[in-house]
Amino acid sequence: MIARIANVSAISETIKRIVLEAADGSALPAGAPGAHIMLNIPGPRRVWKNAYSLVAFGSAYEIIVRRVQNSRGGSAWLHDHAAIGETIEISMPVNLFPMARTAQKHLLLSAGIGITPFLAYVPALRAHEKKFEWHHCCKLADAPAFAALLPPGREAILHTQRKTLDLPALLKRQKLNTHLYVCGPAKFMDTAVEAAQKLGWPGAKIHTESFGGATGGAPFRVKLAKSNIALDVGPEESLLEAMENAGLNPPCLCRGGACGECELPVLEGIPDHHDHFLSDSQHKTGASMMTCVSRAKTPELVLDF
Amino acid sequence: MNLIVKPPETFRGDFSMRNSEAAILRFPFPFHEDSYMYAVNMEPHVSGGPTAAYDAVFDLDEHYLGDMQDRALVLEEDPARCQVLPHMMDAEWDTLELLMENIARDYPEHFSLTRDGDNWHWVNRPMQIDDTFTFGRAETLPYPPFEYITRQVQGDFTIQDQRDNNLFMDGGMVTSQADWSLNFDLGMAFHEWHGPVPVAHEIGVFDRALKYLLRLQYGKPVRRLNWTLTVNPRLDTSPENYPLWGPDKASVTPANVGEKMCLRVELQTLTRLPRSNAILFGIRGYLIRLEELARVKKWAKRLHRVIRDMHPEIAEYKGMVRYRQMIVDYLAPFDDGAVLNPGTAPEQSSL
Repeated sequence: MIARIANVSAISETIKRIVLEAADGSALPAGAPGAHIMLNIPGPRRVWKNAYSLVAFGSAYEIIVRRVQNSRGGSAWLHDHAAIGETIEISMPVNLFPMARTAQKHLLLSAGIGITPFLAYVPALRAHEKKFEWHHCCKLADAPAFAALLPPGREAILHTQRKTLDLPALLKRQKLNTHLYVCGPAKFMDTAVEAAQKLGWPGAKIHTESFGGATGGAPFRVKLAKSNIALDVGPEESLLEAMENAGLNPPCLCRGGACGECELPVLEGIPDHHDHFLSDSQHKTGASMMTCVSRAKTPELVLDF
Repeated sequence: MNLIVKPPETFRGDFSMRNSEAAILRFPFPFHEDSYMYAVNMEPHVSGGPTAAYDAVFDLDEHYLGDMQDRALVLEEDPARCQVLPHMMDAEWDTLELLMENIARDYPEHFSLTRDGDNWHWVNRPMQIDDTFTFGRAETLPYPPFEYITRQVQGDFTIQDQRDNNLFMDGGMVTSQADWSLNFDLGMAFHEWHGPVPVAHEIGVFDRALKYLLRLQYGKPVRRLNWTLTVNPRLDTSPENYPLWGPDKASVTPANVGEKMCLRVELQTLTRLPRSNAILFGIRGYLIRLEELARVKKWAKRLHRVIRDMHPEIAEYKGMVRYRQMIVDYLAPFDDGAVLNPGTAPEQSSL
C-alpha cells in the first residue's frame, strides 16, 4: 500500500522519527506491539526493502530510523530525502515479535536502535496493568536521545556502561512465568539469550526480534532442462516467482514450503533448503527442492522442468 | 456479491433445508481427482475459485437466516458452544472488525458498517439488527464481541492463540460441527486437538501444517477444504447431542440414501489477526443431499469413485462404514467410467 510521510522529526543527528499515513486518507490496517512494516525505499539503481518496527500505530504508523554508518542504502535515503508529503510504498504489518499474553511479568532488554519495538510494548503493558522491567543499553554519546525516548517511571533503566547491567544476576532473580524479550545488535542478542539459556530459561520464554519471512537471498542462476531456458533469480524474488515472471506455470499451492506441491527434481547443483516438507535426509541428498522458499548453494542449479 | 436470502429453513426436525439450483452449482465440491488422501491442501484465500463460494472473504448464501436461527437454538440449549478464554479479548475485537469490514464490503445491500473513530454503527438488514457501540468496550454490546458477531455470520469459528511455537484453541463459536467438541478441545495445542485424526499424523501432515501456520501473515489468509458425510442436512452433529443424531445413521436405506445422505464440506479459512497475533479459523460448512449433488454430472462420477476406493481407516474415521456401500450403489448408475478433468469446477452452467 502507498503511505504518505506526514511528519519527520530529528531525535538526534543520526536518529529520525517518521510518521506515515495512508496516502488515500483511508484507515491503516491495525498494528500491534512488536509488529514491523517493510518500506520500499527508492534508490538510484534499486529499491531497498527495509523492515522497521512500529513504535506507534493509531491513526498513523510511527517508525524510528537510525542512519547506518557509511550507509548508501535505505536509512541514508530516509535521512536525506524523506520529506513531509512524499509517498512511499509500505507493506502490511507483520508481527514476529508479539508479547506473550499469558506472561505474568515482561523483562525487556534492548540495545541501540533495538529500543523501537519496546516503545510500542510499554503503552500496551501499562493499559493491561502488566508488570515489566526494561533495561536499555547504549553508547554514552547516544544517552540523551534514548533517555528522551524511554518512558517515564521506574521500570525503564538506561545503561551506558557494561558494569551497570549484571545480566546473569538480573536473569537469575526473575520469578517463574517471566518472559524475556531481547532486541538489538546480533551480538547483544546472542549474549543475552546465551545467558538466559545457561540459567535454564525455557526456550518458550525467550523472545528475540526477527524480521524473518524474507523469500530473497543471494541471486543465482537456474537452468530448466525440459523448458530449455535459463533464468536469473534475483535477490528479492523466490525461484517460483522468477519462473512465473518468465511466463512459466510451475506447480505451487501454499507458497510457504509446507504443502509439497512445488517440488521439482534437481539435476545439477546443490539446493539451499528452507522448506518444512522434505525430510532431513531428503534435504541432504538434494535430489529435489521446493521452488517457493528454497534457493541455491551453488551459483547454478539445473532443474528437471 | 449477489446474495438472495431465503426465508429460514430448518436443519432439524422436518429438515426443510433444500439447495436451489444456484446453490448446487456454487457448492465447493472437494475432490479434485478420483481418489482422496490427506494432504496439506492449503492455498492463498484470494477471491475467485472453481465456484462462486470462493468469491467473498466470508461466504454467505441463501441459507443465511436458517443457519443463524439454528445457531441461536443451539446456544439457548447449550451456552458452552461459545467460549473464549479471558486473555483473548484483543482477538475478540479483531474478529469483530474483520468480519464486519469484510461482510459490509462484500454484501453492501444487506450489511453496513460506519466507523467514526471508536464509535461504530453496524446494520444487519436480514436479521434486522441496528446497533451502535464503542469499539474496545465490551459493555456497549449485547454480547461479548466475538459472540456478538459470530451469531451473525455463517460457519463455526475458533480463535487460536500463538505462543511457545504452537497454536492453542483458546476460543470458539461451534454450533455446526462434524462431531467434535469445543468444550473438550478448549485450551488444547495443535497436535492435541488433531489427536483423533488417523493416518495424517504418521505422514507428517500436522507437523508441516503447524510450521506453515505459525508463519501465517497478516493480510494473507489461506484456505483449505475438509469434508465428511452427514445423515440429513443437520448442522448440529456435536458429540454433546449424539443421542439426537446418532440414531439417524440407522435410518438410511437404499431407497432413501439419495435424499437423506449429505456431503458436508467445510471451506476452512485461516486469517492472522492484527492486534492479538491470534489466528481466526473459519469453518464454513455446506450441506448437499446426494440427489442434489448428482445433478452435476462430473461430481456424481467423481464422488462415486472416491467413496468406492476410500482408504479403510479414513472411511472408518468419517463414519461411513454402515452406509458406504449404499452410497456407492446409489452413485454407480451415474458413472459411465469416463475420464474426468482434474479440478472441482462443475463444468456445467445449469442443471
